[in-house]
Amino acid sequence: MPNPLNPRGKKERIDALAATSADTSGGGVAVATVDDAGHVEESTGVSLVASAWQRLRRNPVFLIGLTITTLFVLLAIFAPLIAPHDPADPILLPEVRPQTNPIPPAREGFPLGADNAGRDILSRLIVGSRQTLVVGVMATLFGLLGGLTLGTLAGAFGGWVDSVVMRVVDVMLSIPSLLLAFSIAAIAARASQWTVIIAIAVVQVPIFARLLRGSMLAQRASDHVLAARALGVKESAIVFRHMLPNSLGPVIVQSTLVVATSIIDAAALSFLGLGNPDDRQPEWGQMLGKAQPYIYDHPALAVWPALCIIVVALGFTLMGESLREALDPKSRR
Amino acid sequence: MKYTRKAAPAAVAALALTLTACAQSDREDGGDAGSGGGDVKDTITFGAAGAPELFDPYYATDGETFRVTRQMMEGLVGIKPGTAEIQPELAESWEPSADGKTWTFKLRQGVKFWDGEPFNAEAVCYNFERMSDQNEVAQGGPAGYWADVMGGFKSDGAAALYQGCEATDESTAVIKISRSTSKFPTALSLDSFSMQSPKALKEGDANNVTKQGDGFGYPAYAKNPVGTGPYKLDKYDEGNKTVTLVRNDDYWGEKAKTAKLVFKIIPDESTRRQELEAGSIDGYDLPNPADWGGLEQAGNQVLIRPAFNIMYVGLNPKKNPKLKDLKVRQALYYALNREQLVKTQLPEGAKVATQFMPDTVSGFNKDLQPYAYDKAKAQQLLKEAGAEGMTLQFAYPSEVSRPYMPDPQKIYEALRADLEAVGIKVQVVTAPWNGGYLDTVDNGGYDAWLLGWTGDYDSPDNFIGTFFGNLKANDFQTSVTSYGAQLSKDLEAADAIVDEAERAAAYEKVNQQIMEQDLPGLAISHSPPALVVSEKVKGLTPSPLTAETFSSVTVEK
Amino acid sequence: MIRFIVRRLLQMVGVVVILSLLVFAWLKALPGGTVSALLGERATPERRAALEKALGLDQPIYVQYWEFVKRAVRGEFGASTGVQPGTDAFDVFLTRFPATIELAVCALVLAIVLGIPLGYLAARRRASLFDNTSIVFSLIGIAVPVFFLAFLLKYWFAVKLQWLPVSGRQDPGIDATRVTGFFVLDGLLTREFDASWDALKHLILPSLALATIPFAVIFRITRASVLEVLDEDYVRTAESKGLTNRIIRGRHVLRNALLPVVTTIGLQTGGLLVGAVLTERVFSWGGLGDALAIAFQRRDYAVLQVCILMAAVTYVVINLLVDIAYAVIDPRVRTR
Repeated sequence: MPNPLNPRGKKERIDALAATSADTSGGGVAVATVDDAGHVEESTGVSLVASAWQRLRRNPVFLIGLTITTLFVLLAIFAPLIAPHDPADPILLPEVRPQTNPIPPAREGFPLGADNAGRDILSRLIVGSRQTLVVGVMATLFGLLGGLTLGTLAGAFGGWVDSVVMRVVDVMLSIPSLLLAFSIAAIAARASQWTVIIAIAVVQVPIFARLLRGSMLAQRASDHVLAARALGVKESAIVFRHMLPNSLGPVIVQSTLVVATSIIDAAALSFLGLGNPDDRQPEWGQMLGKAQPYIYDHPALAVWPALCIIVVALGFTLMGESLREALDPKSRR
Repeated sequence: MKYTRKAAPAAVAALALTLTACAQSDREDGGDAGSGGGDVKDTITFGAAGAPELFDPYYATDGETFRVTRQMMEGLVGIKPGTAEIQPELAESWEPSADGKTWTFKLRQGVKFWDGEPFNAEAVCYNFERMSDQNEVAQGGPAGYWADVMGGFKSDGAAALYQGCEATDESTAVIKISRSTSKFPTALSLDSFSMQSPKALKEGDANNVTKQGDGFGYPAYAKNPVGTGPYKLDKYDEGNKTVTLVRNDDYWGEKAKTAKLVFKIIPDESTRRQELEAGSIDGYDLPNPADWGGLEQAGNQVLIRPAFNIMYVGLNPKKNPKLKDLKVRQALYYALNREQLVKTQLPEGAKVATQFMPDTVSGFNKDLQPYAYDKAKAQQLLKEAGAEGMTLQFAYPSEVSRPYMPDPQKIYEALRADLEAVGIKVQVVTAPWNGGYLDTVDNGGYDAWLLGWTGDYDSPDNFIGTFFGNLKANDFQTSVTSYGAQLSKDLEAADAIVDEAERAAAYEKVNQQIMEQDLPGLAISHSPPALVVSEKVKGLTPSPLTAETFSSVTVEK
Repeated sequence: MIRFIVRRLLQMVGVVVILSLLVFAWLKALPGGTVSALLGERATPERRAALEKALGLDQPIYVQYWEFVKRAVRGEFGASTGVQPGTDAFDVFLTRFPATIELAVCALVLAIVLGIPLGYLAARRRASLFDNTSIVFSLIGIAVPVFFLAFLLKYWFAVKLQWLPVSGRQDPGIDATRVTGFFVLDGLLTREFDASWDALKHLILPSLALATIPFAVIFRITRASVLEVLDEDYVRTAESKGLTNRIIRGRHVLRNALLPVVTTIGLQTGGLLVGAVLTERVFSWGGLGDALAIAFQRRDYAVLQVCILMAAVTYVVINLLVDIAYAVIDPRVRTR
């Protein structure tokens, strides 16, 4: 097992930490050492996953996270069945008066009242879970794919490919992430949910790339890869069968965390007026962003989506953090 | 003291007391030495949404700048508080010649610029020459108001409206223009045409605008202007984002009632609201209509300005030839339920438009009736025109809120629903205001679009002249229509009439013609913008031109 | 060591050059532009054409790029058009940089002061209630959108309780002398202590809002790192040798556990300096984040270019400093 403080491990460690800086989550030490996990799995036969699960089952933090996430996903799937009204239907619009009654208050059938366009808030929150999930998951997925491509290139080949790819990643990391996101949202001729997703995804690319490269470089030097190479296994097979699968651990953990930040970033874009302008299909971040003009006199309009975002983001983060810890072989003692 | 209004729990109150007491004493450092009475504050703090561009109003084009320079600078012609009408300011009276091409201004005497220079006919002529004689860079950009009003600079020779100024004696300035126009002398009330000290202009090399990269570089003068107004510039603290003005004690008229006027730049709307509620600013501009009720309940005064704007749906017959048919344009108009739109989307005091200008402008035709909401008629007209189920690409801007349209998307949704209800297939298009929307409108890229205009001065030409006057290039593409050329000619003819009553009558006729026969676009509504001040602020008169002056304002302690 | 620094500096030049090209291409690809932002409704085709000509925007892109490079080499980025119109963009950067540093340092100090001790304690009492609570607590900080948190903070502490100012950096009523642009420091230097005190009060809420994320990160890294070190053989050896807890903690655990924390802090600083767009906006803090947001909205290319390039330089420089700090703390790295 490599000493975590040895000089060779240091670069990877910084790389892993670099991931944490541009992002709220990520996690240095644990991630940098998870590359051992692959070892353990292959060499000993004690399944890492199984032993991790043993510990996770007893971890209250993980269980809370898991419960929240599961409920959220279920809600998103069954949203249209649960929602009492059509979230896009301005039922109470005739009552809306910009000054005297900008937000129709709660009443029977509308337990949380309506928004400034007379649409039922409860229904919008329920149905909004769906778009929120889509934004979170798709942004993560795209970010992951981009990062995977760059990281694999760099990590698999090393040398000048690595240098070039990492300079590109450096450049991406050095631009303020929110600015990068809102430029992308702005370049799109027509803002939509997808521009928001892409904008958030691009910001995640360098983070995933660094993370993956770090693990892959460590894999390159590991015994089983050396052994495979000595046996004359083709380079591509080594990369895709040995290095990549064994490097995915930290990336998957990171993904869980990125889902949470993506949802929050979508709210930030919306706050700056760069979100999806079409609000007929609700999304929590957008609801929160668009509630800003009313927040002072009608805080409820912002508080509900904010609460939803906080709870769900917390759910994903708790889950991701405990996963990370469980997958860290060091913490098994 | 201010926290007594809101009861805080006793435990925290003690701490709050100590801390606010500190804040209080900090805030009032500098004492009341300058203020007249003991019961008013010596500082007015007003929340601005953006930074001023510069302090030489001649090169400024935006409201944030003019709000500041208006307190420091005056023009020959001023604006009567609370109206759009002009009144004497640095000129006591004026008289046009019979052909309307020569204007004689009698100047106020005994007025001095802050630097001690006298204000006289020579200074007036120096100012006009300075404004007219601009280098190429300034002509292209910063000198925008002059370009708009005068149509050209000294280098354009006879094509420019302004043709020269002569100081016939100490207090008489004669200005020559190339043709009679309704803009004169009203347009001279624009803040850009304020009078500034000739000596300071010369010393500060005021005309030396340069191109610097993709922007303009301004001479030293622009940071340190000299005018005649009731306030003068003290400092612009860029690090703290505040502009501080101090009373001009040598002001020729009634001196400013409060010694210091501070503009604090707060870009975020809900933060402005919080600052007001916390008592750290005394007011701010353009509160969100949704906040008006809450602001008033909290004891603030929401001052509603008379509407001096128009929101319209522009139509582009060049892009969508179906729009060349008057019946189609009328059908679109009849399809819109504007009564409901105004009631549910626009603030109190908003009105359904009957023409392309608000009723505060001379030349407004009182007899015109709005196109009433009539779905059946709209459908029938579409049928007659053979345009049933037509497709209309209709755009709205995002990332923007204008006085005439507080929430473009909501307004758009209402209009779109109305159009779809008569069977029109609407293609929804949007772009950010600065991120392609205005470009596309100017390039004729949309079939129909949502836009508006806030008037600069009380002249019909500033509204319908701007929209339809220039046949070669206007957003409504009237050059491809049968009526465009005639309309353009009629507007020009009306503008040239010297007699005011006669001119107003001519404009009324043009308005009727536009609405009944031409209908180049759909005039939707007029919406009053507001500003809000705390209950302690006295003496602020809302202006339809958003030209409020603070010299008469006091803030009670 | 010197060679290492020189190599890194050369790399930095490379990054900045690539970035300048990218930034230019990217800004030109943005729809709309300065002309619309400057003219608004007044943008008639004629005025538009005149303005484009005056600004040289009617030139082909490669000509514009060449002009840009020529200016950039001379250190001229052109005048701002939206943030501080007429002011040279680099001066805009210089005016606003201290504000951002002031806020970032304050937030970072908060994050460190809270994050390291809490992280250490949480690790010592692993899986205890304290541990779990502080994990959840730190993560809540991440889960709350910062502009919403800022609104709540302002609402309670500034509007309701009136303990602290709502926004801005200093009360405009205070006639403070500006020396360095760091308001708290300026007040101390000029002995205008009320100005310092007022600036400090203005700092509290925004730095709280900004500190939530670095706090959570520092807390977590400290915790993980301490856990790891506690398991190391040399700590066990020390324990078995019978050294007192105090010596073990001070000399072995903390010192070794701090290495990754230092790296994290460095990298967080980079993020804080340029990533405070939302915080600065909601607190009207006149720093770079605020400038970036306005520049973007009003298509102020000059300011965008300068700020992005300087952000990149800052990022690289901080990375370099972190590596040097690393070498200082950990002698083994020096041999590289």
